[in-house]
Amino acid sequence: MASSADDVRKSIRSYLMVFGALGVLTIVTVAASWLKVSVALGIFIALVIASVKGSLVASVFMHLLHEKATLFWVLIISAFFFLLLILIPVMQSYETAHLIDQVTQ
Amino acid sequence: MSSELLPHTLEPHPVTGMYNGKFGLWLFLASEVMLFGALFSAYILLRTHGDFPAHGEHSLSVPIGAINTFILITSSVTMVMAWASFKLNDPGKGKFYLMATVLLSCAFLFIKIKFEYLHKIHDGHTPDSHTFYAIYYCMTGLHGLHILGGVVVMLYFLLPGFGLWHKNPQQFTNRIECTGLYWHFVDLVWIFLFPVFYLL
Repeated sequence: MASSADDVRKSIRSYLMVFGALGVLTIVTVAASWLKVSVALGIFIALVIASVKGSLVASVFMHLLHEKATLFWVLIISAFFFLLLILIPVMQSYETAHLIDQVTQ
Repeated sequence: MSSELLPHTLEPHPVTGMYNGKFGLWLFLASEVMLFGALFSAYILLRTHGDFPAHGEHSLSVPIGAINTFILITSSVTMVMAWASFKLNDPGKGKFYLMATVLLSCAFLFIKIKFEYLHKIHDGHTPDSHTFYAIYYCMTGLHGLHILGGVVVMLYFLLPGFGLWHKNPQQFTNRIECTGLYWHFVDLVWIFLFPVFYLL
């Protein structure tokens, strides 16, 4: 984290650059939704852009890049369970589709 | 309460590398990830199994969603600039940026309620009208409550809580940093809510 006055002044430049990047990426997200692609690819593109935006906010605005490893371990546990929560319905969906296939065959 | 009773209120803890309040805030945000994670999980389940509308059938206004996204992103910048100003010992600028963040938050809530919720409710799209609107109102409503909570905290630091700046500027700046962490998390949640509800 920026501690001295000089560090803070340098950080202000990066805050403004990230602001610009987030604005551009929002326009790209909206533009990507107009692309004639499959639903799965559309979801993938939108979530990749959202992840990039989220990473910029977390690493620069929340100063995550400058924190010690202890915090990363806390957040990795959180991220693991978050992914688990997301995977449960996805796996359930796959299982249901598989069962339907078996019944219809 | 003096820092002798509560150690590491100002100086970083040797293990975590940050003052205790900030580490506590990060733990709170980790629990918030679980809260919104469960709701995103419910969204995926409803989308893949429930009676979910085809893309565009219940579409929300993309321009309004995009405007609100820009407003929240701008509020994140004003929030971090408020912290930087207090850190640079410029309370006047700090208060200005904090006030700007409050106004942008109010603009977000105003647009959300006036041009989205009320408009949809007027058209009969209430939470009990469809699965899509049930999860939409639930997730965006919870996000809106988080915005409201942030506004209350910022107004506290602008008005009665500002007295701490005169007594202990470093502690006050730390509190603004913690408020900022919370605010950036709220922005981060919206960054995912916007494509999920408006574009996909």
